[in-house]
Order: sequence, then structure tokens, then C-alpha cells
Amino acid sequence: MKKIVSILLLVVLTTTLISGCGGSSNANEIKIGINYELSGEVASYGKASVDGIELAIEEINAKGGIDGKKIKAIKYDNKSDKSLATTLATKLMTQDKVVAVLGPATSGAFKATIPEAMKNKVVVATGSATAEGVTSDENGVKEFAFRICFSDLYQGTAMANYALKNMNATKAVVIMDNSSDYGKGLAENFTKTFEAGGGKVVATEAFVAGDTDFNAILTKIKGQDFDVIFIPGYYNEAGLIIKQARAQGIKTPILGADGFGAPELVELAGTDALNDVFFSSHFSSLDKDPSVIGFIESFKAKYGKEPDQFAALGYDLAMFVADGIRRAGSTDTVAIKDALAATKDFRGVTGTFSMDENHDPVKAVVVVEIQNGEYVRSERVAQ
Amino acid sequence: MERLLQQIINGISLGSIYALIALGYTMVYGIIKLINFAHSDIYMLGAFIGYFSMTTLKLGFIPSLLLSMVFCTIIGVVIEKVAYKPLRHATRIAVLITAIGVSLFLEYTTMAIAGANVRSYPPLTGILTKSFMLGNINISMLQILILGITIILMILLQFIVKKTRIGKAMRAVSLDSDAAELMGINVNTTISFTFALGSALAGAAGIMVGIYYNSINPLMGMLPGIKAFIAAVFGGIGIIPGAMIGGYFIGIVEVLVSGYSNSLYRDGVVFAILILVLIIKPTGLLGKNSREKV
Repeated sequence: MKKIVSILLLVVLTTTLISGCGGSSNANEIKIGINYELSGEVASYGKASVDGIELAIEEINAKGGIDGKKIKAIKYDNKSDKSLATTLATKLMTQDKVVAVLGPATSGAFKATIPEAMKNKVVVATGSATAEGVTSDENGVKEFAFRICFSDLYQGTAMANYALKNMNATKAVVIMDNSSDYGKGLAENFTKTFEAGGGKVVATEAFVAGDTDFNAILTKIKGQDFDVIFIPGYYNEAGLIIKQARAQGIKTPILGADGFGAPELVELAGTDALNDVFFSSHFSSLDKDPSVIGFIESFKAKYGKEPDQFAALGYDLAMFVADGIRRAGSTDTVAIKDALAATKDFRGVTGTFSMDENHDPVKAVVVVEIQNGEYVRSERVAQ
Repeated sequence: MERLLQQIINGISLGSIYALIALGYTMVYGIIKLINFAHSDIYMLGAFIGYFSMTTLKLGFIPSLLLSMVFCTIIGVVIEKVAYKPLRHATRIAVLITAIGVSLFLEYTTMAIAGANVRSYPPLTGILTKSFMLGNINISMLQILILGITIILMILLQFIVKKTRIGKAMRAVSLDSDAAELMGINVNTTISFTFALGSALAGAAGIMVGIYYNSINPLMGMLPGIKAFIAAVFGGIGIIPGAMIGGYFIGIVEVLVSGYSNSLYRDGVVFAILILVLIIKPTGLLGKNSREKV
């Protein structure tokens, strides 16, 4: 088995080497820029995304490329630095003359590259900038910016619908992280959707990041009648809330957003306490969709590890941009922008999506269920 | 009523931790009139030593507790010798600033060695994971353990302070260190011993927080440290029973605020208590007004 992996790796390495040496400007190739965090504080996001992107480009080229033209990736490391990310975006657009730039991974760095995209009329697209209003602001949509991930707050709406429709819940308690926009926004969106759908939020409790003792608020809600608890927050506190809630005998299902998606949640809460917990995510390796199974297999064959959500989003991102270039029928950057904006029912491993007028995808979230500390099931919840 | 009792039980567990930390503040203040801001970081170190003892050395809870208390004792004494002893005759503000420096040094050295991430204690096994119902009130073995250890340590402390020679020396130094020295008491040894006692209690509090909440990080001492300081002021700084009462009082007030009002007001109420105490009775609950010596 090891041998097969190493042979595969060797093949991959040589092919990248050969393609890397394949001369400069060439009418038979399409250049795409990769501007990601390959070192620095968020290098893990950037590296995983680029793994996914490179796998996608390799697959596209193996199938003959786009209209007979191979994709050539020009990859730069922005070192998790916003201003370097902007400089590299400019360099890719003006010197390397790419037709589109992928990345950066984080919202702040991605936003910083958007003015360059508008100026040079070249598309920038990302798979993981999840903050609110990245691709649009009060002046309307930023035409050359696209993302293929749903925003943080959208998950509040999705989880409220999941509680109402899939769990038949009518009464909910919200325990929110009051010290982050993430927590407050999720709580607000959840409450709005849940109450509009006929449910009732019977209590809203709050905590701040860094708290460790939640026994008082849990004892307070324990006497009330409710079907689910929604915890908009990150795993550090959510793990402890789950642990203390189960220790107090609160057995209702607990819902959360992608802030739950870290192995530390299991360590903090403990496997015994981590039951009936559901959280929303961009991607789940438990997904039984054939395209997902195929993606996981080829990812494992290429990198020898399981893809995470950044890798899956990176893979979809490259496929999405390639699909836009194909539909544009040319390498004219404005035509590519129009084609991407018109994307309808694009089928990716993170779900099927269409672009809305704000260049945000309309897509399903994946809800992952945890029992005994293990991810046991996942399902896509259409909006 | 049941809910009130349950909340008070929650408050007692929290208060035990505050009380153990407050004791260290109050003893050190009593003896050298220094608010030792590094004390809350000794508590943090206690939690980390307990963590490494339980994960790397794979020791059980009681050996880890003892190891962490011993290690914190050593650190407490070393800090006193290195940082505070040379400043024995310096102004109080110089020592106070040194204490803040030591506190930052401990926090960021730990962060450099262990990383800034939150770590979780290994899962507990056996009897410690159990909890039982008293009517509708849920009490966990951990809560009983914390209360039990706190009470044992407090009785031990009272015994040392009231019944032993070194305890008598501590009381004498705290009353008047010059006079005590004239009577042949070794003041430096007594001060070191006070730091040792306080640090051992903080170490015990650290490891108990580790097993109870299962989450430790290098900056975990900051807020509990300030709350414990408020507890010490509330009870009357320098007075040992005052720190115990103050610790439990602050713990119970916190859960009652979270439980019956908005949990976001919790910290605000605790700080308001500090302000009220300082306005109404600056010497604290058990403090006596002493005449200013001229």
C-alpha cells in the first residue's frame, strides 16, 4: 500500500515538475492565479484550500482541459498578510496576466484584493471568506468578486429551519456568545427564522468568550420546557456548555454552527457528554453523494489524508471558475465574470449552488450529527 | 426552592476556588502588605502542572494534586526570593509593579512553552464521574471533592497558623515585623513560609479547576485572580477567615446573578461589590479599624 502511495506521489511530483517547466506564455494554456496563505498564522486554511484547488486542476487537465487548453496555475504565498495578498493579486493580474485569481482564504485578506480586481477587471474568487458582506456592501455587489461558501450568519437561518422541520421543535433556548459578532449574528438570525416559522425561543442566555462556569445559566433554564438548545459560539465554550449541561441531566438535542467543527470540541466536552449534538458545516466526509465519495478517494490517493472543509471548498472553487471559463467560451476576463455571475445549479462536492445577485452562493448547509463523540451522520438541508 | 439550592451548590463549588486563591492574597498582604498579582498565575501553573502530571506522567488525581502543590510551593518561594526580597525596603509601589511584571512573565513564559491554545484535561474515570440526585438536586462527585479538599486544606491552614511555632511567627510578623525581629523571629524565613503556604493552596485550586471545568489556558488566572482579590478585600484583607467567607460569598453572588438575572451582569455586580466595600467599610467584613500610627 505504501509503495502504491509513493509511486502515485512520484507520478504527481513529476507531472507537476514537467508542467511547471512548460515554457511561458502559450496560447494553448489558460493561466489561473493562486494567492493563498501557505505560511503564517492561517497557513492551515490556505494549504488545505490549495490542496483542493490543485487536485481539481489536475483532474480538469487530465480530461483535456478547457476546450483543449490546459490550465496552468501560478501559485504565490501571501504569508497570511493582507497587504502582501493585495500586492500578489496585482502582480498576478498585471504581470502574469492570469484570467482569474483564486484566494485568499480569509475574509479580511480576500476583501483587500477586491479593489485590485475591480480596477484590473479580473475576477477574484474564494472558497472560504465567510464574513458578512464580503462580495457586496451598501453600494451593491462588487462585480468581480465571488465566493462559493455561505456566510457565517446564514447558518443561523439554516439551523432554525432544521430544528423546525427536521426535529419538529417548537421551543428553543439560545445560549449565545455575546462577545463576538459571529455569536450575536447567528443568535439573531436563528431567533428570527425560528419564530417566523411558528416556534418560540423561550429563553436567551449569554456568555462571553473565556467563561468556564455555565452551571448557573444551565440550572436556570433546566426548569423550563424546551425541545432544543442552540449555542451560537465557538468550540472552546460550547464544549464546556455541553459537558456541564449533560452533567446536570439536560438531555435535549444541542444545535450549533461551524464553530463546533473542531476536534477540540470532543476533548472539552468528553465523549460521554457529546450526544445528540448537531452542527452546520460546509462539507462532511460522511456525505454519501457519489461525487463526494469520488472526491474523497482521489484526495486520499493524492495526499494520503482525509480532506477537510477547506480542501473541499478549494476543490469546488477551482471547478466553479473552470466551469465559468468554459461557459464564457473565451479568456476575456469580463466574459468570465458574466459567466460566473450567471452560474446556475453548479454541482460541487460542497453542494449544488447558484450565484445570487450579491455573488453569494445559494446552497444547502450540511448538518452533522454527533453521538458518543463521533460524527455519525450528515445530511444536506436545502433551504 | 430546589433551583435556589441547586444554584447555591453551584456557587459553593465556584466559591471554593475563589476562597483558596483569596487565602494566598490575604496571607501575603497580611505579612508584607503586598498585593501579589503573580498569585493568580501560580494558580494557572498549578493547573498546568496537574495537566502534565495527569497526561505525561499518567499519575492519578491525588498524586497530581500533591505534585502540583509541591511545585507551586517551590515557585512561590523562588519568586519571593528573586523578585520581592531585594525590594524589602523599597517603596510599596515598586514592589507592586514588580508583582505585575512577575505575573506577565509567568503568563507569557507558559504561553511560549505550552502554547496559547486551550487544553483539556484527560477524561476522568471511576467514582469521580458519578453524580447523584438529592430530591431534584443534582450533586456531582467532583463538587463534593472540591468542597472536601477545600475544607481539609482550610482546617490544615488554621491549624498551622494557630497551633504551630511558625504560625505564631507569621502572626507576630504580620502584627509588627520590626518588633518580631527584635524578639528573635527570623522574618525572612517566615515570609518565605507564607508564600509557600499561599502558593500551595493556589496550586490545589488550579488542578481542581482543571478537573472540574476541563479547560485550561495560560491566561486562565486573570479573571479568577481579580475575583479572588475582591473576595479577600470583601472579607477584610490580611484576615484569613475573611478570605474564606469572601470567596464563598463572591461565588454564590455570581451564580445568583447569572441564575436570576442576566448572566452578563455577573462580573459587573462583583466589581460593584468591590466599590461598595471600599466606600462603606474599607477594612472589609471582618476588618477592625486600626488607628493610624504616627
